[in-house]
Amino acid sequence: MHSDSASAEPIRGGSVLRWIRRIHLPLDDPFAIAGLLIYAVFILVAVFADQLATHDPLEILFTQDYQLAADLRPGEDGFVLGTTSLGRDIYSQLVYGSRSALLIGITAAFMVAVIGTVVGLLAGYFRGWTDIVLMRAADIAFGIPFLPFVIVLAAFLEPSIWNVVFAMALILWRDTGRVIRSQVLTLRTRAYIDAARVSGSSDLKIVFRHIAPNILPLSFLYGSIAIGWAILTEAAISFLGFGDPETISWGYMLQDAYASQALSTGGYYWFVPPGICIVLVVVAGFFISRGYEEILFPKLKE
Amino acid sequence: MSDAGASPLVQVRGLKMHFPIYAGIFRRHVGDIKAVDDISLDIRESETLGLVGESGCGKSTAGRAVLRLYDITGGSITVDGTDISDIDKEKLRHLRPKMQMIFQDPQASLNPRMTVAGIIGEPLVEHMSLSRAERLERVYELMDAVGLNRSFANRYPHEFSGGQRQRIGIARALALHPKFIVCDEPIAALDVSIQAQVVNLLEDLQEQFGLTYLFISHDLSMVRHIADRVAVMYLGKIVELAPRDELYGAPLHPYTQALLSAVPEPDPVRESQRKHIILTGDVPSPSNAPVGCNFCTRCPRAEQICHEIEPEFRQVDKGRYTACHFVGDTAIKTAEPTVGETVKP
Repeated sequence: MHSDSASAEPIRGGSVLRWIRRIHLPLDDPFAIAGLLIYAVFILVAVFADQLATHDPLEILFTQDYQLAADLRPGEDGFVLGTTSLGRDIYSQLVYGSRSALLIGITAAFMVAVIGTVVGLLAGYFRGWTDIVLMRAADIAFGIPFLPFVIVLAAFLEPSIWNVVFAMALILWRDTGRVIRSQVLTLRTRAYIDAARVSGSSDLKIVFRHIAPNILPLSFLYGSIAIGWAILTEAAISFLGFGDPETISWGYMLQDAYASQALSTGGYYWFVPPGICIVLVVVAGFFISRGYEEILFPKLKE
Repeated sequence: MSDAGASPLVQVRGLKMHFPIYAGIFRRHVGDIKAVDDISLDIRESETLGLVGESGCGKSTAGRAVLRLYDITGGSITVDGTDISDIDKEKLRHLRPKMQMIFQDPQASLNPRMTVAGIIGEPLVEHMSLSRAERLERVYELMDAVGLNRSFANRYPHEFSGGQRQRIGIARALALHPKFIVCDEPIAALDVSIQAQVVNLLEDLQEQFGLTYLFISHDLSMVRHIADRVAVMYLGKIVELAPRDELYGAPLHPYTQALLSAVPEPDPVRESQRKHIILTGDVPSPSNAPVGCNFCTRCPRAEQICHEIEPEFRQVDKGRYTACHFVGDTAIKTAEPTVGETVKP
């Protein structure tokens, strides 16, 4: 189901359908549908990467006459998109790149949405010291420049694609948290919250039963924005050379092409496809977030 | 109403609800909005006490404060023998079944994402350990009691009309067999034809379950219909409290008189003979109440003393309380206002 990726929602057995209804997939906006379709395609590619790829993406390949299969043009010797300067199959790299892109995108979006939502709920509902502490923490997070922070993190930790996810979890919850807090501030004054209090509901129950369901679309809006951010950041980090050399990602492909001077040798087949893939996934994320925005703010439709 | 001497179910003494105002960079505390400022009243078992006043006079705040939806600034509230003015959250939660509330806007007070059965059953989940089937049975009973078709149990609030929604709200309030219900303008958001239905329902339920109501409203004729005794609020204070017939028949406080003279009279002959008391000016801000009597800025009878000394809220006749210098014993007080004197309604 392509909806799962759009919302970064963990699949939980039989309740999936109920959840999908609750997160309000933006199905009446053509852009959002396009976005969901793009995700669907990339998810299928990522899932069936083993079947779709023709070669091991990191294997150094040789032609039939035992020459290094380097810098082959698309179609030459049966390599769909040609090969890199080190003799690796570009098409297979592209296919496997979708795996790391989606893995990073979805986990990062999930972290951002979950952390931001919890922070926003607690700060907005309980106010007082909880609010002050969490919002000052958000201020600090706002003060940290994102990309340099990821680079520093990569320098301290082992190079890994998870650095990006970790950094996003540490920093990018700030926007989600702020926005959801403001929404909670208006929701907590609704009469049905008072009614729940008069019924004797505890605070936590009020937060999770009466307030959380009403802000879920907002969480998913920020989640879908975060998918694009994560993939872009990972590409940037890999391109700058702080990525994981053992994992194929689209950013890694771009860096590889750049380092091998593919531009000057006219190797467009090498760096254009991963570039397009990045653009497609990021744009799809923004299309979907646009759909959520229209659900949240119906006036935008005019 | 007879003063049978039965101890009141709800006793409110010197209740204050002030909302602080902060200003400036350092969020200095520059004043208070005195939404409810020192009110005292008793509500007897099985009676309906009407609480009337114009918009912004603090009547809703008073109703909510009585249920401890706010942390009150001062005073004491005793419900059914338990002082709840200072009680901690957890203990308060266990006392919730005794005291419930019906809200003004039935649309806003029902969670749009819950079914009717979920909404009515929520207090049951909180306070009773019932099986799913038992709970549903109780929900059905409640729906019968308020005149809702059982087959509506799985629908959502937006599928109902205003009157039906208010019935859902009433059923929720009844779920735990409460003794005391605060009705916060329960009919203000309804059509006139539906208002009568809901008020009659409230009366029937009162008879059936022996409920005690604090009925907050700005609709004077509806309060006259339902209330046994009526309290009139102005700018955070109760200016008059009296049995219904006496209050409507012969209001004592100038504000009550003005308020009642504003009630529309359908008979044009009688209307032409009526004397209207038109108040000039606006209600002063509750953050900056006048010195002396709260009503002195608009009172047609105001004299020097009214601008200096705050009138005491006191019994002037059997069961009739008012706060005006010119009512009851007319001996004009020149001394400083008595401090700490307990008011005994």
